[in-house]
Amino acid sequence: MNVIETSGLGKCYGRTWALRECTLAVPAGHLTALVGPNGAGKTTLMNLCVGLAVPTAGAASVLGGQPAGSPAALDGIAFVAQDAPLYKNLSAGDMLHLTRNLNRGFDRPYAQARLAELGIPLKKKAGKLSGGQQAQLALTLALARRPRLLILDEPLAMLDPLARQDFMATVMAAMADDGVSVLLSSHALAELERVADYLILLSRGQLRVAGEVDDLLASHRVLTGPAAEADSCAGRFRVIQARRAAAQAHLLVRADGTDPDSGPVPPGWEAHQVSLEELVMAYLRAPGDAELPGPSLTQHNEPTEVAR
Amino acid sequence: MTVLTMPAPPSQDAALRPVPWRRMAWVTWRQHRPTLISVPAVLGAVAVFLWIAGLKIHHDYAVLTACHPFSSTACQTLNSAFTSTDWTMANTLNIFMNLAPALIGAFAGAPVLARELETGTYRYAWTQGFGRERWTIAKLALLAVAVTAAAGAFSQVFVWFFQPFLAQEDLTVFSATVFATHGIAFAAWTLVAFAIGALAGMLIRRIVPAMAATLAAYTGLALATWLFLREHYPLALVTSNPNIDSGPFNVNDPWVLSTWYTGKTQWTRYIPVSRFWPMQFVEAGWLLALSVLLIAATVWLVRRRAA
Repeated sequence: MNVIETSGLGKCYGRTWALRECTLAVPAGHLTALVGPNGAGKTTLMNLCVGLAVPTAGAASVLGGQPAGSPAALDGIAFVAQDAPLYKNLSAGDMLHLTRNLNRGFDRPYAQARLAELGIPLKKKAGKLSGGQQAQLALTLALARRPRLLILDEPLAMLDPLARQDFMATVMAAMADDGVSVLLSSHALAELERVADYLILLSRGQLRVAGEVDDLLASHRVLTGPAAEADSCAGRFRVIQARRAAAQAHLLVRADGTDPDSGPVPPGWEAHQVSLEELVMAYLRAPGDAELPGPSLTQHNEPTEVAR
Repeated sequence: MTVLTMPAPPSQDAALRPVPWRRMAWVTWRQHRPTLISVPAVLGAVAVFLWIAGLKIHHDYAVLTACHPFSSTACQTLNSAFTSTDWTMANTLNIFMNLAPALIGAFAGAPVLARELETGTYRYAWTQGFGRERWTIAKLALLAVAVTAAAGAFSQVFVWFFQPFLAQEDLTVFSATVFATHGIAFAAWTLVAFAIGALAGMLIRRIVPAMAATLAAYTGLALATWLFLREHYPLALVTSNPNIDSGPFNVNDPWVLSTWYTGKTQWTRYIPVSRFWPMQFVEAGWLLALSVLLIAATVWLVRRRAA
């Protein structure tokens, strides 16, 4: 089952396309990192997936074909928006009761136990809690709904490193215990590199990369060799990014076995593993997708690893 | 950090029944407690004041009407006391009455959606299982019923309080500042003000500008009704009786809309006081229809427009 599927999805605000031509499919069971610089369209994509925004073009469906925003979709998705919006004048206990009343299912014992464990007093107003506590409260409310898909928009932005660790531990525990799929956005990849096993990369409103992290890492290489031969070497691969120094050139290339263009590493060149951060940076810096197609670019009709 | 084990999720093939409507009763109560307490509390406090002051006024008025002969110095003293002291207070309260629906619309109606949109909490509320159209319908309906009921009950106390001043101040039930505060019109105007506020809040998305827009829109509608609309309710009669509105002022005088001549016959188009309730039903009827339309438009906007 795909927890998120979009086809030709686009959202236009006034004359600006916040997101365009986005086609992807995220299978269940992953912690998906949605990354991209500020203004890349991450929040827009999430809003479209939870039904807060109406698409200008294309369509989004969730949880195996439910239209985004439909009753079944709302029932199975828990969304924590950016800055964890809570009613500041309501107490944590009231927020809990409110969420229970607004949903079919709500695991109150779980929520109460978690708040107790986190040391969040039920009588304290949500607006008086610290940023980390507010984020944890919002996450607890979302998880107590026992969703099948948890969508978190920049949940780590307002947390200190310790709170980030606690927050991610909660998310990982829910994944392990409950099998919930997670989509989590961030403009900084570093803290997700070790936990995310699926990556969606957006840049300037366009999908750049979508795929399982292991597949992406396996299908990319950094080739290092003499700068003089860089052009001839580059001709044989799909180069995502080329960095040339005086003597040496570093080429980040797409070199998976399925690509007929890629051959063995030429003599005098060395191949290295690529790190996720290098890969993301390279795709973000790559000028256009027409010449340097990523694994799942929409102009390419090949479904590749994205839409399995 | 210890982590709690979560029970298995509910079976997914169970028919998806929507969250029951009744759950919104607590939600609305908890989130709008200030409105739901302060509107009845303020109106209740004023009603108590009207009741206490009204007893004295009714007493003064009974003494005044029993005073004979009316031209005597003693009676004239009573009369001037009544029209100065008592009427000054009643007139002030009458002005407040004519503004009250607009204030209720601005303070109770406008923030309902504007606060969610301004603070960003709509991103929480509209992504819960309840569904945002149903959430909007339930909230607006409950709050509308509450403020309309409070206003309707309050206006009955005011009608009783104000009754002695009609004859004394040459007012009839059709006078501009009287008609809208009497009968069921006050409740209907409160309802429409609330609906205007809710729609303004959804359109403008900020509390203070939405409140200002509500006051402006309500005032425009009330003025237009008073100046142009009310006389066209299809309840007027035409008579050739030239004495329909002659002689000294009487509280039962009809509302004369126009007079014209054909030959020597004087025709008068008028609405008799006996048609007060039909007039009230026409006014309340179209205000109710307009309110339903405004709330439906608000729900439609919530459904259509987002983020």
